[in-house]
Amino acid sequence: MMKTGAQILWECLEREGVTHVFGYPGGAILPAYDALKHSKIHHVLVRHEQGAAHMADGYARASGQVGVAVATSGPGATNLVTGIATAMLDSSPIVCITGQVGSKLIGSDAFQEVDITGITLPITKHNYLVTHAGELARTLREAFYVARSGRPGPVLVDITKDAQQSSCDFDWESAKPQLPGYRPDLSPEPKEYEEALKLIHNAKRPVILLGHGAIVSGAMREVHDLVERSGIPVALTLLGLGAFPASHPLNLGMMGMHGEAWVNHTIQEADLLIALGMRFDDRVTGTLKTYAPNAKKIHVEIDPAEINKNVKVDVALVGDLRDVLRELLPKIECVDRQEWLDSIDRLKGDAAVRDIQNLPDSGHLYAAHVINDLWRETRGSDTTVVTDVGQHQMWEAQYYKHEEPRSLITSGGLGTMGFALPAAIGAKVARPDSEVWVVVGDGGFQMTMAELATIVQENLKVNIAIINNGYLGMVRQWQEFFYESNYQATPLLNPDFQKVAEAYGIRGETVTQRSQVVPAVQAARRHQGPVLINFQVEQEDTVYPMVAAGAALHEMIRRPSPIVETSADE
Amino acid sequence: MLNTFVVYVENKPGVLTRVASLFRRRAFNIDSLTVGRTEKPEVSRMTITVDADQDQARRIEANLYKLVNVLLVENITAEPAIVRDLAMIKVAATHEARSHVLELAGVFRGRVVDVAPESLIIEITGDEDKIDGLLEVLQPYGVLEMVRTGIVAMRRGSKCSSVVAPGNSLTSADDDGVQYSV
Repeated sequence: MMKTGAQILWECLEREGVTHVFGYPGGAILPAYDALKHSKIHHVLVRHEQGAAHMADGYARASGQVGVAVATSGPGATNLVTGIATAMLDSSPIVCITGQVGSKLIGSDAFQEVDITGITLPITKHNYLVTHAGELARTLREAFYVARSGRPGPVLVDITKDAQQSSCDFDWESAKPQLPGYRPDLSPEPKEYEEALKLIHNAKRPVILLGHGAIVSGAMREVHDLVERSGIPVALTLLGLGAFPASHPLNLGMMGMHGEAWVNHTIQEADLLIALGMRFDDRVTGTLKTYAPNAKKIHVEIDPAEINKNVKVDVALVGDLRDVLRELLPKIECVDRQEWLDSIDRLKGDAAVRDIQNLPDSGHLYAAHVINDLWRETRGSDTTVVTDVGQHQMWEAQYYKHEEPRSLITSGGLGTMGFALPAAIGAKVARPDSEVWVVVGDGGFQMTMAELATIVQENLKVNIAIINNGYLGMVRQWQEFFYESNYQATPLLNPDFQKVAEAYGIRGETVTQRSQVVPAVQAARRHQGPVLINFQVEQEDTVYPMVAAGAALHEMIRRPSPIVETSADE
Repeated sequence: MLNTFVVYVENKPGVLTRVASLFRRRAFNIDSLTVGRTEKPEVSRMTITVDADQDQARRIEANLYKLVNVLLVENITAEPAIVRDLAMIKVAATHEARSHVLELAGVFRGRVVDVAPESLIIEITGDEDKIDGLLEVLQPYGVLEMVRTGIVAMRRGSKCSSVVAPGNSLTSADDDGVQYSV
């Protein structure tokens, strides 16, 4: 059947299961937009293309499905770049559709022409330039397949204006992907399983390092079984939070730069690290010279290029985490390691004082109060917290207890400020029944706050908690520690966020006292529409503990005068 | 240590950029890269030499495989192989020096492919050491211009790469309906 490239685009997207796209029109993508009215796909109009990419990313992380962003050529396409890199670093499956100038004009520096496939080459899993309508169906099928299979990632499809306009015979069935070099499905050798099992059974002080791969692979059940059967404790990466319930007695908590002290000490004292779907990022290892010096290492990872990249491992099991664990599980024996668990408890007892949340209410509002109260109010219900980047992100990771996968969405690898608000929009579109909370700093919020208009236009119930300390807080913290408190360019003169919200037609509120936190959260949850709460917190508060960049994992900067009060909260 | 990779890629626009960009992005230094056609029009073959230790070499291989257009990577460093570089060397050869230069070219089994009143062009094929050797002895006469192709390599014996083996289709469908190589 004859169809235009623009019609083929939307039909292919529908066939891939796409129901929503996030986009912004412009000259070179107009033929596609013209054909949109005959499609069942709902288009979410963003206010900046970066928002479209983050929304597609948030949609993907909340649902596990491929998120789609659409932009025009030139500046539309370049505005996607930060969002694409964010998705790349966190292995998030998105497909970006960009318009391109007519194929005859390519290379002529035409109006709004940019070489977006060249620009995005190192930040996409793969990308395509389509110059003929006839190539479109196969290319789109390949794009979705590549984005979602193996280690997921972003794929960009750049479509020239004439390819959108011209017609060709369209047959979905015969437009099969042709990817002769693409091998997403790898599996380990039997010998490698045996070696791994031997290490696991001989270990006296093992610890599981659990990452984002567990969520991507859908291996939560298998991880749970592994932990229960083996009795081995679990430490999580930032993106792994939620992959294993925080309330489980063998869940130690988050590791790394702002991980709890006992978690990092446990890793340093371990004799075996079982790394599952994580990549030994520098934020979780500290300096590699002294990282887990007495530990053998097993690495279960879908991407062979991650093996021995940062940390040299003894056994590598390259494959999908769920498949690998299913193979391992029947052969896992429970070994009594009470001594090891007791010694972790002793470490924990020494360090488990949650100083901030135990502070008496002296009238000062701390971010930890806000996060902790938010967690208490929303626990047990289907809640998705979307955080930005900085101090509030780390406090959220420390004080919000995630029980479910995909209940935390955050930019870990690239650390993209401005991610939270648009990603939350994507998450809410993907999971309308989930209660979505944006936890964002005053700095990051202002990078993408134009998307408040998108929330209103789409009538989305998204709650926004601004942790407002009047600083670029994490940068200020680094200046305090490493640059003699020289606060260059970190104090922020902010607008009245409550009024900003109200200007967009969003209910706004300002909270300055701890006693107001719970009522404000409760009122926000009751309110039908979106709510923005501006929490004015202590200005020069600090995230502890902290492993300085390049320091050893066990050398943490601790709170200067620990408050010796026992926790009443857990 | 110098590693030699033979890399089969899909013959499509932009694939060379993807490969070169990968080496730059991961901070591996390409010593030599050649690319050309194979017996199958849809497949190109690259020979890449890189200074890398064993771990790095493994990571280069793994990263190359992450490129969707890469079909097969073989690290033939440790295997018996024929490795060849081709050079054309323009040497100053005046009347009195000419016979010396011709003699040296003959010793290295170089061929004279151009003769001009003041110069000669010598074409030489061989491993890199042999070409370096000829260059060294020609230096005193005055090397005016030189071009080298970079190395190409092939394993000895009857072992061939499956990607280009006769009768082997690049597109055999598997159950997903997605088509893979062998």
